[in-house]
Amino acid sequence: MNTDDKHPVRKVLIIVSRGSLDGIYPALIMANGARMEGIEASLFFTFFGLNGLVKSTMDSLKVATVGNSALNMAMPMLGLPITMPFPTVMGAIPGVSAFATHLMNKEMEKLDIPPVREFLEMISDSGGKIFACKLAMDMFKLKKDDLWERVDDVLTVGQFYEHGAGAGSHILFT
Amino acid sequence: MNRTIAGTEVDVNEEGYLTNMSQWNEQIAAAMATEEGITPLTEAHLKVIQFLREQQSEGVALTIRGLGKSGVVTTKELYDLFPGGPLKKASKIAGIPKPVGCI
Repeated sequence: MNTDDKHPVRKVLIIVSRGSLDGIYPALIMANGARMEGIEASLFFTFFGLNGLVKSTMDSLKVATVGNSALNMAMPMLGLPITMPFPTVMGAIPGVSAFATHLMNKEMEKLDIPPVREFLEMISDSGGKIFACKLAMDMFKLKKDDLWERVDDVLTVGQFYEHGAGAGSHILFT
Repeated sequence: MNRTIAGTEVDVNEEGYLTNMSQWNEQIAAAMATEEGITPLTEAHLKVIQFLREQQSEGVALTIRGLGKSGVVTTKELYDLFPGGPLKKASKIAGIPKPVGCI
Protein backbone atom coordinates (compact mmCIF):
# COMPACT_ATOMS: atom_id res chain seq x y z
CA MET A 1 0.00 0.00 0.00
CA ASN A 2 1.38 3.42 -0.93
CA THR A 3 -0.47 5.39 1.72
CA ASP A 4 1.05 6.85 4.85
CA ASP A 5 0.57 3.95 7.26
CA LYS A 6 0.74 6.23 10.30
CA HIS A 7 -2.37 8.18 9.30
CA PRO A 8 -4.69 5.87 7.41
CA VAL A 9 -8.24 6.83 6.53
CA ARG A 10 -10.26 4.86 9.08
CA LYS A 11 -13.72 6.19 8.56
CA VAL A 12 -15.57 8.17 5.90
CA LEU A 13 -18.86 9.97 6.38
CA ILE A 14 -20.41 10.94 3.09
CA ILE A 15 -23.14 13.55 2.87
CA VAL A 16 -25.49 13.04 -0.07
CA SER A 17 -27.29 16.28 -0.86
CA ARG A 18 -28.41 15.72 -4.45
CA GLY A 19 -31.18 13.40 -5.55
CA SER A 20 -30.56 12.75 -9.23
CA LEU A 21 -29.08 9.43 -10.31
CA ASP A 22 -25.78 11.14 -11.08
CA GLY A 23 -25.99 12.98 -7.77
CA ILE A 24 -26.32 9.82 -5.70
CA TYR A 25 -24.10 7.22 -7.39
CA PRO A 26 -20.70 8.75 -6.65
CA ALA A 27 -21.45 8.63 -2.93
CA LEU A 28 -22.58 4.99 -3.10
CA ILE A 29 -19.45 4.02 -5.02
CA MET A 30 -17.18 5.83 -2.55
CA ALA A 31 -18.94 4.27 0.46
CA ASN A 32 -18.85 0.76 -0.95
CA GLY A 33 -15.23 1.24 -2.01
CA ALA A 34 -14.36 2.30 1.53
CA ARG A 35 -15.90 -0.84 3.00
CA MET A 36 -13.95 -2.93 0.48
CA GLU A 37 -10.77 -1.39 1.88
CA GLY A 38 -11.78 -2.07 5.45
CA ILE A 39 -12.67 1.58 6.06
CA GLU A 40 -15.81 2.35 8.08
CA ALA A 41 -18.42 4.11 5.95
CA SER A 42 -21.59 6.05 6.67
CA LEU A 43 -23.94 7.82 4.29
CA PHE A 44 -25.99 10.80 5.43
CA PHE A 45 -28.82 11.63 3.03
CA THR A 46 -30.00 15.21 3.27
CA PHE A 47 -32.11 17.66 1.23
CA PHE A 48 -32.81 16.26 -2.24
CA GLY A 49 -30.45 13.38 -1.55
CA LEU A 50 -33.34 11.82 0.41
CA ASN A 51 -34.85 10.96 -2.97
CA GLY A 52 -32.48 8.00 -2.91
CA LEU A 53 -33.92 6.66 0.35
CA VAL A 54 -37.64 7.18 -0.21
CA LYS A 55 -39.19 3.78 -0.96
CA SER A 56 -41.44 5.10 -3.68
CA THR A 57 -38.75 7.07 -5.56
CA MET A 58 -35.45 5.26 -5.02
CA ASP A 59 -35.94 2.83 -7.91
CA SER A 60 -36.67 5.52 -10.49
CA LEU A 61 -33.97 8.15 -10.07
CA LYS A 62 -33.14 10.09 -13.21
CA VAL A 63 -30.04 11.64 -14.75
CA ALA A 64 -30.28 15.44 -14.68
CA THR A 65 -30.33 16.59 -18.31
CA VAL A 66 -31.17 20.26 -17.67
CA GLY A 67 -28.45 22.55 -16.36
CA ASN A 68 -25.86 19.81 -16.73
CA SER A 69 -23.24 21.42 -18.96
CA ALA A 70 -21.06 18.30 -18.87
CA LEU A 71 -23.57 16.03 -20.62
CA ASN A 72 -21.18 15.87 -23.58
CA MET A 73 -19.45 13.25 -21.40
CA ALA A 74 -22.31 10.87 -22.21
CA MET A 75 -21.94 11.24 -25.98
CA PRO A 76 -19.54 8.28 -26.35
CA MET A 77 -22.36 6.07 -25.00
CA LEU A 78 -24.14 6.90 -28.27
CA GLY A 79 -21.01 6.42 -30.34
CA LEU A 80 -20.58 10.19 -30.69
CA PRO A 81 -17.48 12.27 -29.84
CA ILE A 82 -17.09 13.45 -26.24
CA THR A 83 -16.63 17.00 -27.53
CA MET A 84 -20.17 17.15 -28.97
CA PRO A 85 -22.17 19.68 -26.92
CA PHE A 86 -25.60 18.85 -25.49
CA PRO A 87 -27.71 22.05 -25.39
CA THR A 88 -29.47 22.28 -22.05
CA VAL A 89 -32.76 23.18 -23.79
CA MET A 90 -32.78 19.69 -25.35
CA GLY A 91 -32.60 18.24 -21.87
CA ALA A 92 -36.03 19.67 -21.18
CA ILE A 93 -37.70 17.70 -23.99
CA PRO A 94 -39.95 14.95 -22.54
CA GLY A 95 -38.24 11.57 -22.56
CA VAL A 96 -34.70 12.90 -22.85
CA SER A 97 -33.91 12.48 -19.17
CA ALA A 98 -35.46 8.98 -19.22
CA PHE A 99 -33.35 8.10 -22.25
CA ALA A 100 -30.14 9.42 -20.69
CA THR A 101 -31.00 7.47 -17.54
CA HIS A 102 -31.54 4.30 -19.55
CA LEU A 103 -28.17 4.76 -21.27
CA MET A 104 -26.34 5.35 -18.02
CA ASN A 105 -28.00 2.41 -16.26
CA LYS A 106 -27.00 0.15 -19.12
CA GLU A 107 -23.37 1.27 -18.99
CA MET A 108 -23.28 0.88 -15.23
CA GLU A 109 -24.71 -2.63 -15.36
CA LYS A 110 -21.89 -3.55 -17.75
CA LEU A 111 -19.43 -2.40 -15.09
CA ASP A 112 -21.25 -4.48 -12.44
CA ILE A 113 -22.55 -1.35 -10.68
CA PRO A 114 -25.87 -2.35 -9.10
CA PRO A 115 -29.11 -0.35 -9.09
CA VAL A 116 -29.52 2.07 -6.15
CA ARG A 117 -31.58 -0.23 -3.90
CA GLU A 118 -29.27 -3.20 -4.39
CA PHE A 119 -26.23 -0.96 -3.94
CA LEU A 120 -27.58 0.31 -0.61
CA GLU A 121 -28.23 -3.30 0.44
CA MET A 122 -24.62 -4.17 -0.40
CA ILE A 123 -23.31 -1.25 1.63
CA SER A 124 -25.58 -2.11 4.54
CA ASP A 125 -24.60 -5.81 4.39
CA SER A 126 -20.96 -4.78 4.45
CA GLY A 127 -21.51 -2.97 7.75
CA GLY A 128 -21.88 0.53 6.29
CA LYS A 129 -24.45 2.80 7.93
CA ILE A 130 -27.27 4.61 6.17
CA PHE A 131 -28.69 7.73 7.81
CA ALA A 132 -31.39 10.24 6.90
CA CYS A 133 -31.27 13.92 7.92
CA LYS A 134 -34.00 14.83 10.39
CA LEU A 135 -34.31 18.45 9.30
CA ALA A 136 -34.66 17.50 5.62
CA MET A 137 -37.22 14.83 6.60
CA ASP A 138 -39.29 17.48 8.39
CA MET A 139 -38.96 19.89 5.49
CA PHE A 140 -40.13 17.34 2.91
CA LYS A 141 -42.89 16.03 5.23
CA LEU A 142 -41.36 12.58 5.33
CA LYS A 143 -41.89 9.92 7.99
CA LYS A 144 -39.51 7.07 8.82
CA ASP A 145 -42.09 4.74 7.23
CA ASP A 146 -41.61 6.50 3.89
CA LEU A 147 -37.97 5.47 3.86
CA TRP A 148 -36.27 2.26 2.78
CA GLU A 149 -36.64 -0.28 5.64
CA ARG A 150 -32.93 -0.67 6.20
CA VAL A 151 -32.16 2.98 7.00
CA ASP A 152 -30.22 2.76 10.28
CA ASP A 153 -31.50 5.97 11.81
CA VAL A 154 -32.82 9.49 11.32
CA LEU A 155 -30.21 11.85 12.77
CA THR A 156 -29.87 15.52 13.56
CA VAL A 157 -26.78 17.26 12.22
CA GLY A 158 -25.29 17.21 15.71
CA GLN A 159 -25.82 13.47 16.09
CA PHE A 160 -24.24 12.92 12.70
CA TYR A 161 -21.11 14.82 13.75
CA GLU A 162 -20.98 12.87 17.02
CA HIS A 163 -21.12 9.69 14.98
CA GLY A 164 -18.18 11.00 12.95
CA ALA A 165 -15.84 11.44 15.92
CA GLY A 166 -12.46 9.74 15.96
CA ALA A 167 -8.94 9.90 14.54
CA GLY A 168 -8.72 9.15 10.83
CA SER A 169 -12.34 10.16 10.26
CA HIS A 170 -13.20 12.16 7.16
CA ILE A 171 -16.37 13.92 6.10
CA LEU A 172 -17.14 14.32 2.41
CA PHE A 173 -19.92 16.43 0.93
CA THR A 174 -21.41 15.40 -2.39
CA MET B 1 10.78 -11.48 -5.33
CA ASN B 2 10.93 -14.78 -3.48
CA ARG B 3 9.75 -15.73 -0.07
CA THR B 4 9.20 -18.94 1.81
CA ILE B 5 5.72 -19.52 3.17
CA ALA B 6 4.77 -22.70 5.02
CA GLY B 7 8.00 -24.35 3.87
CA THR B 8 7.41 -23.58 0.19
CA GLU B 9 9.32 -21.04 -1.85
CA VAL B 10 6.95 -18.82 -3.84
CA ASP B 11 7.15 -15.70 -6.03
CA VAL B 12 5.38 -12.67 -4.60
CA ASN B 13 5.03 -9.02 -5.56
CA GLU B 14 5.89 -6.08 -3.29
CA GLU B 15 2.48 -6.29 -1.60
CA GLY B 16 2.88 -9.97 -0.85
CA TYR B 17 0.46 -11.32 -3.49
CA LEU B 18 1.54 -14.52 -5.21
CA THR B 19 2.53 -13.81 -8.80
CA ASN B 20 2.05 -17.42 -9.89
CA MET B 21 -1.21 -18.91 -8.66
CA SER B 22 -0.05 -22.45 -9.43
CA GLN B 23 2.49 -22.22 -6.58
CA TRP B 24 -0.41 -22.01 -4.10
CA ASN B 25 -1.52 -24.73 -1.71
CA GLU B 26 -3.74 -24.86 1.37
CA GLN B 27 -0.78 -24.67 3.78
CA ILE B 28 0.31 -21.42 2.12
CA ALA B 29 -3.27 -20.18 2.40
CA ALA B 30 -3.39 -20.97 6.12
CA ALA B 31 -0.05 -19.24 6.75
CA MET B 32 -1.10 -16.15 4.79
CA ALA B 33 -4.45 -16.07 6.58
CA THR B 34 -2.60 -16.02 9.92
CA GLU B 35 -0.52 -13.07 8.67
CA GLU B 36 -3.75 -11.30 7.74
CA GLY B 37 -5.20 -11.95 11.19
CA ILE B 38 -7.64 -14.62 10.04
CA THR B 39 -7.38 -17.73 12.21
CA PRO B 40 -8.34 -20.43 11.81
CA LEU B 41 -8.95 -20.78 8.11
CA THR B 42 -12.24 -22.69 8.01
CA GLU B 43 -14.14 -24.59 5.34
CA ALA B 44 -16.25 -21.46 4.78
CA HIS B 45 -13.11 -19.44 4.01
CA LEU B 46 -11.77 -22.15 1.72
CA LYS B 47 -15.02 -22.31 -0.21
CA VAL B 48 -14.68 -18.60 -1.05
CA ILE B 49 -10.99 -18.99 -1.84
CA GLN B 50 -11.56 -21.92 -4.19
CA PHE B 51 -14.31 -19.99 -5.94
CA LEU B 52 -12.03 -16.96 -6.39
CA ARG B 53 -9.32 -19.20 -7.84
CA GLU B 54 -11.78 -20.74 -10.28
CA GLN B 55 -13.05 -17.32 -11.35
CA GLN B 56 -9.50 -16.07 -11.75
CA SER B 57 -8.56 -19.05 -13.95
CA GLU B 58 -11.55 -18.31 -16.13
CA GLY B 59 -10.49 -14.68 -16.42
CA VAL B 60 -13.61 -13.28 -14.70
CA ALA B 61 -13.17 -9.85 -13.08
CA LEU B 62 -13.82 -10.23 -9.36
CA THR B 63 -16.28 -7.94 -7.62
CA ILE B 64 -18.03 -8.02 -4.25
CA ARG B 65 -21.32 -7.91 -6.14
CA GLY B 66 -20.34 -10.90 -8.26
CA LEU B 67 -19.36 -12.88 -5.19
CA GLY B 68 -22.57 -11.95 -3.40
CA LYS B 69 -24.61 -13.20 -6.35
CA SER B 70 -22.56 -16.38 -6.84
CA GLY B 71 -24.45 -18.33 -4.20
CA VAL B 72 -21.09 -19.23 -2.61
CA VAL B 73 -21.25 -16.56 0.08
CA THR B 74 -23.48 -13.59 0.92
CA THR B 75 -22.01 -10.09 1.11
CA LYS B 76 -22.53 -10.08 4.87
CA GLU B 77 -20.81 -13.46 5.33
CA LEU B 78 -17.93 -12.32 3.14
CA TYR B 79 -17.28 -9.29 5.34
CA ASP B 80 -17.56 -11.46 8.46
CA LEU B 81 -15.14 -14.07 7.10
CA PHE B 82 -12.52 -11.60 5.89
CA PRO B 83 -12.83 -8.48 8.04
CA GLY B 84 -10.98 -5.35 6.93
CA GLY B 85 -11.01 -5.57 3.14
CA PRO B 86 -12.67 -8.86 2.15
CA LEU B 87 -11.89 -9.08 -1.55
CA LYS B 88 -8.28 -7.96 -1.15
CA LYS B 89 -7.61 -10.31 1.75
CA ALA B 90 -9.41 -13.28 0.24
CA SER B 91 -7.52 -12.78 -3.04
CA LYS B 92 -4.19 -12.64 -1.23
CA ILE B 93 -4.93 -15.84 0.68
CA ALA B 94 -6.19 -17.43 -2.55
CA GLY B 95 -2.83 -16.75 -4.21
CA ILE B 96 -4.33 -14.64 -6.99
CA PRO B 97 -3.58 -11.01 -7.97
CA LYS B 98 -5.02 -8.08 -6.04
CA PRO B 99 -8.39 -7.19 -7.58
CA VAL B 100 -8.33 -3.94 -9.53
CA GLY B 101 -12.06 -3.13 -9.65
CA CYS B 102 -13.87 -0.48 -7.59
CA ILE B 103 -17.08 -2.43 -6.95
